[in-house]
Amino acid sequence: MTATIPQHQSEHPKHNLTGFIIFLCSESVIFLAFFSGFALLKTSALNWLPAGVEGLEWRTPLINTVVLISSSGTIWLAERCMAKGNLLGFRAFWLVTMALGAYFLYGQAVEWGGLQFGFTSGVFGGTFYLLTGFHGLHVATGVFLMGLMLVKSFIPQNYAGGEQGVQATSLFWHFVDVIWIILFVLIYVWQRS
Amino acid sequence: MTSATFPPSPPEQESWSRYFGFNTDAKVIGIQYIVTAFFFFLIGGLLAMIIRGELITPASDLVDRTVYNGIYTMHGTIMLFLFIFPVLNGLNNLLIPTMIGAPDMAFPRLNAVAFWLVPIFGTLLIASFFVPGGPAYSGWWSYPPVSIQNPLGHFINGQGLWITAVALSGVASIMGALNFVTTILRMRAPGMGFFRMPVFCWTALAAQSLQLIGLPALTGGAVMLLMDLSFGTSFYQPEGGGDPVLYQHFFWFYSHPAVYVIILPVFGIFSELFPVYSRKPLFGYVYVCLASFIIVGLGLVVWVHHMFPSGVTQWMRNLFMFTTMLIAVPTGVKVFAWLGTIWRGKLRLTTPMLFCLGGLFNFVFAGITGIMLATVPVDIHVSNTYFVVGHFHYVIYGAAVMGIFAAVYHWFPKFIGRMPYEGLGKLHFLLTFVGANLNFLPMHPLGLMGMPRRVSSYDPEFAFWNVLASLGAFLLGVSIIPFLLNMVSAWVRGDRAPHNPWNAIGLEWLLPSPPPEDNFGEHVPTVISRPYGYGLGEPLVEHQAEIERELTLQEASA
Repeated sequence: MTATIPQHQSEHPKHNLTGFIIFLCSESVIFLAFFSGFALLKTSALNWLPAGVEGLEWRTPLINTVVLISSSGTIWLAERCMAKGNLLGFRAFWLVTMALGAYFLYGQAVEWGGLQFGFTSGVFGGTFYLLTGFHGLHVATGVFLMGLMLVKSFIPQNYAGGEQGVQATSLFWHFVDVIWIILFVLIYVWQRS
Repeated sequence: MTSATFPPSPPEQESWSRYFGFNTDAKVIGIQYIVTAFFFFLIGGLLAMIIRGELITPASDLVDRTVYNGIYTMHGTIMLFLFIFPVLNGLNNLLIPTMIGAPDMAFPRLNAVAFWLVPIFGTLLIASFFVPGGPAYSGWWSYPPVSIQNPLGHFINGQGLWITAVALSGVASIMGALNFVTTILRMRAPGMGFFRMPVFCWTALAAQSLQLIGLPALTGGAVMLLMDLSFGTSFYQPEGGGDPVLYQHFFWFYSHPAVYVIILPVFGIFSELFPVYSRKPLFGYVYVCLASFIIVGLGLVVWVHHMFPSGVTQWMRNLFMFTTMLIAVPTGVKVFAWLGTIWRGKLRLTTPMLFCLGGLFNFVFAGITGIMLATVPVDIHVSNTYFVVGHFHYVIYGAAVMGIFAAVYHWFPKFIGRMPYEGLGKLHFLLTFVGANLNFLPMHPLGLMGMPRRVSSYDPEFAFWNVLASLGAFLLGVSIIPFLLNMVSAWVRGDRAPHNPWNAIGLEWLLPSPPPEDNFGEHVPTVISRPYGYGLGEPLVEHQAEIERELTLQEASA
């Protein structure tokens, strides 16, 4: 087998980013499905909360929301540093973003640990853990991708062409952020059925 | 790469083994897809033979009732997820890069991974025949509550394997769709604007966009189903506050558009082949292209018509009846365009053309029963009867599979480099056309008389039509023999195919047969006119005469 990939790709340098954006559009439909399922189940439920559960505590998730939104800001700063050729600034802000993402995951774990209900506590518990869990999986993926890009930034000549990996990771991170805001409103703000 | 000259020289004979390994060449992957799909087609077909063998007598006497439930479930699942989608992805792999002048897909490795998932989830699904309790038995749609029951209590059970296989199939299809859409959007030959793109690429783009929008919903719904089945949640269990109808929404939000994912590329095949064999430009090219995307838009808002009897409110029924009927408009545009194309054309009744004409005939019939089913009162009356079974078999076998056969015969010389045999092909067509109509037409009177689907025994008053249908099914079974014979013997010892045996217009016909690994390589011709310029005398690309002369010289010297 001879490699057949490069020649044409050099003419269209943004394939990967195009593919990634299409993937994100597709991925958003899963969340759309989960969100609409959640709304449908909640509005049609007779007893939404399981016995002994008062509702959800919102302080830890609110802190998490602030953390995640600020991480969208820091990743934007990292990208700007990259655009100006300031690799050191890029790495610094990139690391801060990773730390904020990791803190979010920690906050999520702490919240899960203190809850009175489980995955199988009726449809309330099921949808809660499904939505937060699936979103958390995306946050973890985002942190992992950022780690990968950070390692790649130490490879010489890596950023000679377009920085598609960085752009894609950053897009993914904004996506995860937007999904969380919708999720926060749906689950924590809209508590009364 | 060696091909510094244009047109590229034909590839040296490569070993067979590349078809059995991880290969990133779209043309190898395309053939891998198609051969794998036809392997599963034989298994699914065998299950169909058992079903029709059971139904030839009113009593349940061939297989056990629970086995019968597993057999029709697996028949539907195999035919859709392991035959139709893979075979269409195979055609996409062969045709999209060569038709738009790209050397390969945008993401060749992802492409290969997507293909290799097919045998993996295929094996998983077939393996469910051998687990305790047998395969899934809740029908191909796997509605709860039947699909979330696990009477034997084994963690590994037929239904669980079914859900896993379908979810994996979704992942594979999304990978494929990403690739096809990116390739079409970004890798077209110079000069090939959207309105110079062959209709097959338009329909592939439309169909794969539907995959990207619809599949995640099914995958999400399937994950929740698996949680309910195996991990004790109650998303679809009313006892825990869940709602079984929610699953139906997830399922049909994808599985109705899935019909368009199947039929749109077949519309593309019709639009490619009718002009070639009528020697006329495609009638209304722009409208045919745009109609594909109107079908995408409408196709996403009709899914509730599968749920008219499921307790949806009246306004939803009315709305979805209306949108469903609207779909007949863009589809009708296409049918009229094909009729306009063959009207007063110089028809050449080759095997591919015969399959196209037969497929079009069956499709129009399926469209008429489709409009009947869109009407709420009729739908509720015939819901879950053989009328529905007859309708969708006309769409899937009568139209889609016949279109796929047309494509296989038409492009076989290009990608294999050998000519298939016309006599065997025409015999295959005759058996398929007669068999399909004899099999599926009697299902309509049966449904109107009230025979329910998914039963292994029935009232003797239904016997006459069932015997006819079974005879048709056995004829269809026989029809595969000349097809397989034709494919295998043509591949091994058929006549060498010239670069353009059908005198067709298109970038793929300006390549040697079979094309070299990177297609046009660095010498992609510049497209200067619309496709299908039959009888107009305009060249499709710059320097077309020289390219064709070179190709003919190459063939003469070989």
